[in-house]
Amino acid sequence: MTGELARKTKAPLTLAERRAVRARRRRAIRIALAALWCGVFAVVFLMPTVLTFANSFMTESEITSNYGAVFEKNDQGGKKFIAERVNLKLIPDKVTFSQYATTFLKSPDYLLKFWNSVILVLPIVVFQVAIAALAAYSFMRTRGRIKELLLFVYIFVMLMPYQVTLVPNYLVADSLGILGTRWSIVLPGVFAPFSVFILTKGMRRIPYSLIEAAKLDGAGEWHIFSKICLPMCKGSLFSVAILVFIDYWNMVEQVLIMMPDADKQPLSVFLSQINTGEIGLAFAVATIYMVPAILLFLYGEEYLIEGITYSGGLKG
Amino acid sequence: MRESTRAEKLISMCYLLPSFVGVMVFFVAPFAQIIRYALVDNPIANNFVGIENFIKVFENSAFRRAAGNTARFSVMAVPLAVALSLLLAMLLEAQIPGKSKFRTFFLSPMMVPVASIVLIWQVIFDYNGALNGVLASIGVTPFDWMKSDYSHVIIVVLFLWKNLGYNMILFMAALSNIPKALLEAAAVDGASALRRFWQIKFRFLTPTLLFVTILSLINSFKVFREVYLLTGDYPYEDLYLLQHFMNNTFKSLDYQKLSAAAIIMGLFMALIIGILFIVEGRLGKDVEQ
Repeated sequence: MTGELARKTKAPLTLAERRAVRARRRRAIRIALAALWCGVFAVVFLMPTVLTFANSFMTESEITSNYGAVFEKNDQGGKKFIAERVNLKLIPDKVTFSQYATTFLKSPDYLLKFWNSVILVLPIVVFQVAIAALAAYSFMRTRGRIKELLLFVYIFVMLMPYQVTLVPNYLVADSLGILGTRWSIVLPGVFAPFSVFILTKGMRRIPYSLIEAAKLDGAGEWHIFSKICLPMCKGSLFSVAILVFIDYWNMVEQVLIMMPDADKQPLSVFLSQINTGEIGLAFAVATIYMVPAILLFLYGEEYLIEGITYSGGLKG
Repeated sequence: MRESTRAEKLISMCYLLPSFVGVMVFFVAPFAQIIRYALVDNPIANNFVGIENFIKVFENSAFRRAAGNTARFSVMAVPLAVALSLLLAMLLEAQIPGKSKFRTFFLSPMMVPVASIVLIWQVIFDYNGALNGVLASIGVTPFDWMKSDYSHVIIVVLFLWKNLGYNMILFMAALSNIPKALLEAAAVDGASALRRFWQIKFRFLTPTLLFVTILSLINSFKVFREVYLLTGDYPYEDLYLLQHFMNNTFKSLDYQKLSAAAIIMGLFMALIIGILFIVEGRLGKDVEQ
């Protein structure tokens, strides 16, 4: 009886302790497992990018001996000495910048295509964000049934895939006589409603009392817009710019339909049409094409994440 | 919020004007023309033919194949995109060391242009490629992945690679919005981890879950980029997608077919977006603070 009692009074303590130890151990195992999985995923997610980057520093002969089996099989000429199997390699035998040198000095073609990308994407990013900021300000300042309906139309257009929106874009470009020119891609890009949607969400988070106070102090609409709203939305402006940039830096569909002229096409379409003898060069060009996007990502990751979070859910 | 004055409304209209005109001119107004094209036999004779153009599109074997392939791809890719990105978000939630580094890694593919990565995909999935090399060493006969029944699987992998990060961020935001006190209280009350997930987390996640599903569906229509850059204008027939069909129709300048197809796809998307709005409206009330 006394023994049982003693055990009973002692038992809860040890049980609690044991539980705590077990919980701690379970937690450690769980975190270790999660970290392990994250590691596996990280390798998969990074591998293609890292490989492309690493391969851009290989000599043409190393590329040919590694990947010749994939890219040279269409050659009709005499047999080349190439590896039977592909050899994916992370570290070059000899690090060389020759591919970059060739790109910059001897192959103006790629630089031209890169430039084509720049002059298509830059105006789209700048003007889409600027026009959208104005529109978002309007959606924030006055609300009403018509405004809400209009915002609904914007969201609708935003969610439509290219398979649908390219048809109206094409018809308008055709009747404006800009088909085949850069305008046929830049103009629909400038007016695409994506930024309006995100920026409206951002601006509607500005406390209304702030605007009321500015009005009482006699500030005009332009002053409120440029001196209060824009600075307060700096984050969402930047995140929208990043999202728009990456979307158009990647463009394929519009170009194929609106601008079949290869001379004007951006690198995003052209890179896949690389000649078989220039695979090493292609890796260098591919890396050059990644650089602006990657830099934006590294410098603006927090903004990017903010922008993505804003895009979640359709309500303001 | 108080009512806006008339003058304010007018000024506000001016700010909206550039965007409004652009959206109307390039996206909305041409639809009147598209509807007209879809209902006549040809733009010159202008004979009203009712829904004949729509029937023609539905009977068109290329359209059917394209729609079928696109649907098949989306059905495979979307659930995986939702489930795996939720998994990634929850892995990062588990307070692992270097959480923000991993987040960066998982998000990075979305910033890498498809065109830059295509070469590596080719090296991996080609007949003479790395994947077959590995498989051959364990005795599997090599075959051309992009021209096989597995071509869809490859495209799904590329799609997931690119899109999981974006979805993951959305889920991470949703997970961080779940009140910690609620989860702790449930844990103290002895609710198992599984129960806490289904009864608390899942309910808070449902709106995001739905949004990510629709977003992934819309993104799945963009996978044409990967397919085009990997296989060009004429892919293996399993990879012939709706965008390929539209490209070919543009090339033949068949405005009737083009318009009817655009309307069909537009209506289909409108249906999905409508569902999104309705369900979001219902769920939104449920979990709002």
